[in-house]
Amino acid sequence: MHVKFSLSRWQLLAWLIGLLLVTPLGFLLFESLQGDSDVFQHLFDTVLWDYTRNTLLLILGVGLLSCVIALPLAWLTAYCDFPGRKQFEWALMLPLAMPTYLIAYVYTDLLDYAGPVQIALREWFGWQSPDDYWFFDIRTLTGAIVMIALVLYPYLFLIFKTALREQSFKLVQASQLMGLSPIQSFLRVSLPLGRGAIVAGITLISMEAMADFATVNYFAVSTLTTAVYDTWLGYYSLTAAAKISGIMLLILFLTIMVERFSRRNQAVYERQSSVNSATLYRLKGGAAWAASLACTVVLVLAFILPVGVLVKYAVVYADEAWNGAFFSYAWQSFKVAIVVSLVTILLSLLVLFYQRIAKHAYPLLPGRLASTGYALPGTVLAIAVLLPLTQLDDALNNWLEPFGLSPGLLLSGTLFAMIFAYVVRFYAIAHGALESSFLRISPSLDMASQSMGKGPLQTLRKVHLPLLKRGILTAGLLVFIECMKELPAALLLRPFNFETLATHVFQYVSDEQLELASISALLIVLVGLIPLYFVNRSMEQHHS
Amino acid sequence: MRKKALVLLTALLSTPVFAADVVNIYSFRQPFLIKPILDDFTKQTGIKTNVVFAKKGLIERVKREGKHSKADLVLTSNFSALIQLEDLNLTQKIQSDVVSANVPSTFRDSDGQWVALTKRVRNVYSSKERVGALPELTYEDLADPKYKGKLCTRSGKHPYNLGLVASMIAHHGEAEAKQWLEGVKANLARKPQGNDRAQVKAVKEGLCDIALGNSYYFGKMMQDEQQKSWAEAVHINFPNQTNRGSHINVSGVVMTKYAKNPENALKLIEYMTDNKAQNMYASVNMEYPVKNGVELSEMVASWGEFKEDSLSLDEISKYRPAALKLIDEVKFDL
Repeated sequence: MHVKFSLSRWQLLAWLIGLLLVTPLGFLLFESLQGDSDVFQHLFDTVLWDYTRNTLLLILGVGLLSCVIALPLAWLTAYCDFPGRKQFEWALMLPLAMPTYLIAYVYTDLLDYAGPVQIALREWFGWQSPDDYWFFDIRTLTGAIVMIALVLYPYLFLIFKTALREQSFKLVQASQLMGLSPIQSFLRVSLPLGRGAIVAGITLISMEAMADFATVNYFAVSTLTTAVYDTWLGYYSLTAAAKISGIMLLILFLTIMVERFSRRNQAVYERQSSVNSATLYRLKGGAAWAASLACTVVLVLAFILPVGVLVKYAVVYADEAWNGAFFSYAWQSFKVAIVVSLVTILLSLLVLFYQRIAKHAYPLLPGRLASTGYALPGTVLAIAVLLPLTQLDDALNNWLEPFGLSPGLLLSGTLFAMIFAYVVRFYAIAHGALESSFLRISPSLDMASQSMGKGPLQTLRKVHLPLLKRGILTAGLLVFIECMKELPAALLLRPFNFETLATHVFQYVSDEQLELASISALLIVLVGLIPLYFVNRSMEQHHS
Repeated sequence: MRKKALVLLTALLSTPVFAADVVNIYSFRQPFLIKPILDDFTKQTGIKTNVVFAKKGLIERVKREGKHSKADLVLTSNFSALIQLEDLNLTQKIQSDVVSANVPSTFRDSDGQWVALTKRVRNVYSSKERVGALPELTYEDLADPKYKGKLCTRSGKHPYNLGLVASMIAHHGEAEAKQWLEGVKANLARKPQGNDRAQVKAVKEGLCDIALGNSYYFGKMMQDEQQKSWAEAVHINFPNQTNRGSHINVSGVVMTKYAKNPENALKLIEYMTDNKAQNMYASVNMEYPVKNGVELSEMVASWGEFKEDSLSLDEISKYRPAALKLIDEVKFDL
């Protein structure tokens, strides 16, 4: 009886979390049922198909390109030995700290017709006008795909590399003995075995790509996100905007179903191995240098070059870009990011633990519900968060009025709104990163713990938590970095006089004058690197 | 542990206690543009200003916050936001003799629900090298096939272009405006992108010969060490001088319906419409003051006198929804 009681308590908790985090979306969808559908019909008749096609192409393109970049690099750094391998293993994570709006800006500045690269080419070859030559046009769908993939591939890199580390080496060794070349082994053993991890990584990347507004807007590529903004801010129709968000959610659910499907019947539990996986293939000569070169090229394109340009801006515009308030902005960003990381980890641990012990129907549903916020564009999410919070505030004020109290906007007008929005948005990341770690814990451990008379909570604390350490660190890191970069929700929901680094940078980026905020932009990247460094170090220790 | 968490949470959530002498602003305009003016206001009156800046969604935020909203004022960068605020019944009447005396009636709402603070012209820039000055140019000419592949502009859906398209509908009717818009699209050198500065840069580099852009960008570029050469490559032209005059957009301000500091808010509005602030708008931001008789910045004055389109903002904004639909219909941005 005791077990049953506590189980339903876990169930209640998981469902509460799921419902709490899906509330904003629920309010938004409810909104889509009201009002007229004229605007939606008009869009449907004119541009909606173009937008939908662009969104699908964007997701596909970013997913594919991320695979092309991340999978070979992950495999190389996990299984092969080549010059610089140890450094690349963490350095290839660095682009994660680079917000897409920064990298897009920097590359446009470089590669635009009026940018230094093309100007130099024209001077060099004596070309006079754009008709004289062809050059890659960055402000296109392809450009957006490249930019987004360059900063999002680390998700896949990280998740796939972890999976490779935890795959059975015996299989890879066996493939080696059977005479498969490294490339054959990669294609025929590692890729199929890592399928679940790959799909999980791509899902995260797709959601982020779908919700992106800054890059596509800057590149004048119209996607469904653009449509959401147009309808809402141009046509003043939150109804139509909510409907389009509905289409986006549909895409999201389809993606998640694909993920579920690919993971069916798959259970790979962690095996501790003392083998140093990187010694599997010792690359020599040309192969070794090719591996180093591949890693270097990606690192330069995705991180070193953009940071270099920012540093250049910062030097040239040092006087204008210097601002005494930097450290307070950085501290605000940092503080919000820490709180959100802790909260999302706690919530996702609880939900995932329920998933694990649940014997009820739909054990996965609470987690799915809670994860939906990730696919919503930031500003839409911000408004969606305001819908329930302002109503709660209203109710609270009405309720307290007889007592002569008027707390005002206690929830929607304070940092609470911002933190809540972040949690709704980034829960999916923590959930995704922790889920795979959870799944790798063998159920036999739970049974052992149970047979020793431990309750669920003790099993979670004593058995799971120690084994989840790495997953928790990874999840915390990813959420932290996302929070540092997050812009639209912060912009709209922050209280008076509250600046984060990102909102400070946006003032200038919105006027296409990033140069004047280059120091803040560099700080976003730097502060994001702090946890990256520590988490990486702790993982290294975990390994050795 | 729990206590600690609670203390931490309270500390995080608590916003600074607002002193009595404040005015709270939601601003669509970048803080660095308005900061000098707000700072001077604080110096003059002792009233502190608090600002939340965002480019999108502030109107929705005021609406959702309802009567508990802390915002006293909303500063906008175009007239459609002013009129939307009024339409959503989020504003209150600005009653002030000072404002009435400072701002000509065409630049404030007849019922006092909003006040314009600065004017900006929708100019056409032309390459000095390849085109020269175009004193007789009209917006209608932008659809002339002789400019095929030579025109640059930002997104058609940007409020500045939207206002222009709405004014074309107001003057010519929807069918003719659609034809015009299709012609303009056919003349584009590239898909609409970037902001107004980016268009001037593109003219300088030879990607296009003429470009649409607001007047103050020209002045701002001239002040910027790196961008000066872009601005120097173009002429600034005031379209339709031979007939109705150039299209005007405004930045402006409303007082929110539930303003908690209405007296302070009113003081700030009065201050912003008065000589000193108007002069700062002109000299720092290169905008045209709404108040008559305020001296233009030397640079803005050097662009010469020009005739303004006298169509009222209320009238133009009636055609805004139709303009947006047209832009989707001709797939201007795609």
